[in-house]
Amino acid sequence: MLADMTVRDEHAIPAIVAEGLVKRYGETTALDGVNLEVPAGTVFGLLGPNGAGKTTAVRVLATLIRPDAGTALIGGYDVRRDSHRVRRLIGLTGQYASVDEMLTGAENLLMIGRLLGQSRSEAKARARELLAEFRLDDAADRPAKTYSGGMRRRLDLAASLVGRPRLLFLDEPTTGLDPRSRNEMWEVVRTLVGEHGVTVLLTTQYLEEADQLADDIAVVDHGRIIAQGSPDELKRDTGTQTLAVRPVAGSDLPLVISTVTDIVGASPDIAGTLVSAQVTDPAVLPAVVRRLDDAGVTVGEITLRSSSLDEVFLSLTGHPAEESAAGPRAPGATPSGSGGTTVSASAAAGGHDDDDHDDDDPAARIPAATRS
Amino acid sequence: MSTLTATLPEQSRRREPWPDPTGSARVSPLDTLRHILTLAWRNLVQVKHNPTELIDFSLQPLMFLLLFTYVFGGAIAGSTSDYLTFALPGLIVQNTLFTTLNTGTGLNTDLTKGVFDRLRSLPIARSAPLAGRIVADLAKQVWAIGILLGLGYILGFRIETGPLQALAAIGLVVLFALCASWISVLVGMLVSEPEKVMVFGFTLIFPLTFISNVFVQTNTMPGWLQAFVKVNPVTSLADATRGLFIGGPVLTPTWHVLLWGAGLVAVFAPLAVNAFKRRV
Repeated sequence: MLADMTVRDEHAIPAIVAEGLVKRYGETTALDGVNLEVPAGTVFGLLGPNGAGKTTAVRVLATLIRPDAGTALIGGYDVRRDSHRVRRLIGLTGQYASVDEMLTGAENLLMIGRLLGQSRSEAKARARELLAEFRLDDAADRPAKTYSGGMRRRLDLAASLVGRPRLLFLDEPTTGLDPRSRNEMWEVVRTLVGEHGVTVLLTTQYLEEADQLADDIAVVDHGRIIAQGSPDELKRDTGTQTLAVRPVAGSDLPLVISTVTDIVGASPDIAGTLVSAQVTDPAVLPAVVRRLDDAGVTVGEITLRSSSLDEVFLSLTGHPAEESAAGPRAPGATPSGSGGTTVSASAAAGGHDDDDHDDDDPAARIPAATRS
Repeated sequence: MSTLTATLPEQSRRREPWPDPTGSARVSPLDTLRHILTLAWRNLVQVKHNPTELIDFSLQPLMFLLLFTYVFGGAIAGSTSDYLTFALPGLIVQNTLFTTLNTGTGLNTDLTKGVFDRLRSLPIARSAPLAGRIVADLAKQVWAIGILLGLGYILGFRIETGPLQALAAIGLVVLFALCASWISVLVGMLVSEPEKVMVFGFTLIFPLTFISNVFVQTNTMPGWLQAFVKVNPVTSLADATRGLFIGGPVLTPTWHVLLWGAGLVAVFAPLAVNAFKRRV
């Protein structure tokens, strides 16, 4: 298994090749020339705020809508000319592709199996298998409208796997889920890719999600891909690092701010007692330490680290990734996503100043969604 | 972010060659039929989990029948049994037209809930989601017609022509309902939420069915209203249905109904398809 994969890799047709995709809705340009290439067997993340065009891209690639310009090939098949063949290869789960709430979990899966040409007994067996795999066997005979959010999402995902798709589209798979359900979803995606060789294209507003799951990320804003690469490449390419200082005593805060401003040459961001600033020269760290030590300030925390994807996004788009710091469910804002030296700017804002959503809060500067 | 590299160990990524999908690029007619029936099953099995819907399309026509026969019947026709004979065919027409609204409601629900997108991402016939819905709704309509005829029989209504004519009557009503459901489909594509289908639909269908000879003879109305009643296809359909159930002129009203039906499809089917394309 390990041996043959490397050889075949070279010749495998990419799962997705898209060139110059354009989609307009009246005055709004939802996709403005999108190019993508997703190798088979990888996870590709489309990252961007609401209204960036992520869902439109998925809908074009999943044959639900036709692009106004450009081409897209799924496993070598054109989404326009060969849409029926494309549909045999794909599974779609997300905000807009849902199960029938009036049917039970089992009936939903049975229906899809039958639609895919399985015999009644095949479809039943496949439904049972998937329900067990997604821990829905107890709820199998209950209407889906009685399911919790996490169960709904699992059933949605199970429904898109009935036909064993080679390519899975996950449109914001964890939006609105609690952290536990979100982690479960991530595990499922990893298993699908790792054990079943499925290619996954996922869209997300959550930087941590893309960071956790994706081999490659395309950052989308206003219908365009503004950056592309592995999470590490993206972080490296922005070239900046983040300096964060937290004094033990709150009374030292003004001194810390003035010191950092002085050394860095720009006003830092302040979140509670955490003072952070973008820097390009690593030498600022010892300089800050020395100066604060001379002034007799006791520092509780001081770090210099690579930028988080939040900061990458901010530096690429000029505006923060929407909602990533606003909601309690946003992965970027949960303490679990921010151990020690990887406290991101938004996590710090969300984690330490939860009740203080004033104008300094990145979430307060969210641009209005451009497309509903 | 050291977890990133641990997320997907290189060796666990089994990269298989991209498979060629087998099968043709088109859906065969037999498969299309199978898809339609599966989706019709889906719409009918919904009733099992939502018994209020069963009450909705069974009890409502019965209430109308009882109310009109026993409350208004004596006043309108002099005797309740005479009125039953006059009104039952018309009530079947009225109820069937009302029920076409369910098609639009159901489609709108599927669109707003995302079920439609899930179905359209599957390798199935493009027409199957709509056709499956319509087939299921027709089945519900035939059921409601059966219930009305059943209660009518208990109350004293008798089919005075013959089984073939009676079947023709049901067939004609269902055929016209099929044509008229394109209006419902159009409304379902245009409105933002399922409840609005009923609001739009009722403002259209309520006057259309009441300003007809479904409940009272045309010649009891003022002249200007008679003019509308006479061109209203609901009047023709009620006439044809009466003729086929209890005797009377059939040919002229039937032609009238068929022409109207064809006209409705010609106007509303393209509008509905266009609205659908703009919606998705």
